[in-house]
Amino acid sequence: MKPMPLNWKIGGPLLGILVFLAVLLAKPIGVSTQFVVLDAVLWNLQQPDAGIVTQTAEGFTSTNAYLAKSGGALAAEAGNPLTYPVVFVLAMMVGAFLSSLIRSTVPKGERNVPAMYRANTGGFWPLRWVLAFAGGVLVLYGARLAGGCTSGHMMSGMMQTSISGYVFAFGAFLTAFPTAMALLKKEG
Amino acid sequence: MTMTLVIAGLLGAAFGAMLDRIGATNPNWIARMLTLTDTNLMKTILVAIGTASILIFAGQMYGLVDVGHMSVKAVHVGVLLGGAILGFGWAIAGYCPGTGLCGLAVGRIDALFFVAGGLVGAAGFMVSYPFWESIGFLNGEKWTLGAIPGADYPAAIPALQGDLAGIVMGAAFILIAILLPRRIVGRTAARAAAADAAKTAPAE
Repeated sequence: MKPMPLNWKIGGPLLGILVFLAVLLAKPIGVSTQFVVLDAVLWNLQQPDAGIVTQTAEGFTSTNAYLAKSGGALAAEAGNPLTYPVVFVLAMMVGAFLSSLIRSTVPKGERNVPAMYRANTGGFWPLRWVLAFAGGVLVLYGARLAGGCTSGHMMSGMMQTSISGYVFAFGAFLTAFPTAMALLKKEG
Repeated sequence: MTMTLVIAGLLGAAFGAMLDRIGATNPNWIARMLTLTDTNLMKTILVAIGTASILIFAGQMYGLVDVGHMSVKAVHVGVLLGGAILGFGWAIAGYCPGTGLCGLAVGRIDALFFVAGGLVGAAGFMVSYPFWESIGFLNGEKWTLGAIPGADYPAAIPALQGDLAGIVMGAAFILIAILLPRRIVGRTAARAAAADAAKTAPAE
């Protein structure tokens, strides 16, 4: 018995209104940048003398070229993380958690290996963990190279008729469809 | 400042809860979408993009939505290449950045490994950024489809009125969602299985 998500006829308009409200009240939704910000915070804690987050009279900068670009925008966020995008992403996790409390929690076996992956790559936890980790490396490396992820490019981009959104969606589905179809032949 | 953070908190919480409700925090639904065996999630996202697009551009036409709130990203070689790299990982893990964090929040342990991998991948990009910059893969213009009144973004098709194009594209996304079959791959097999189940059911 698989718990059914909201039907697209209801979930689609609701999600659409929500991402519209984000643009109306603040700015388009995006997530993947916050992985860089957290990295920078951790790096700075680990090596405080490496100059990863440096405050100067003009603002923030970094010895890392990526954090220092655009006038040190990312270094500034790591230096003072109480900003809109960081709060948004933390609140997003709280919202998902609260929703799961209402909806009923994820079954125990499912937590380590989701059914579709169990059916195809087996129920061996460590293998699933390695695949999830490798997937995470690829997803975030790709997202930062692209300058955005599924939320920032695909949803927020395409809804603004941004050409980068269409190009990103094309690139992502170009590999995601064949990979999923080769890896996940059995239906869990 | 405080108001901005309150808005961020409310919007973020609502977005996270919605991702959970539409099944996006569950790798099984991502997998069913990417194998085209159940397109409910894809139809949801298409309708969401379409709805938001129509509301944003209609709102701009009537002066209700500030054009300055738009944030268009540059298109460059890295967008295509990065998208393709992300696509591999997306299919392997069943998570993308937002749904991985939300999957972790709803108690999925494999999502913890996805997020840890994500931090390593993001750090890898931080270190290798000068390389991509030096070969020009990150240089590009922030193109939009048409010319959007009040915005400075260059238009891919300058003759096209950008806000009108946004409404038409939004309608097109919703139309595709409606026309897209719920199951595309393995329809015959699924129908046969359902017929089998119906046949054996009365005998039990």
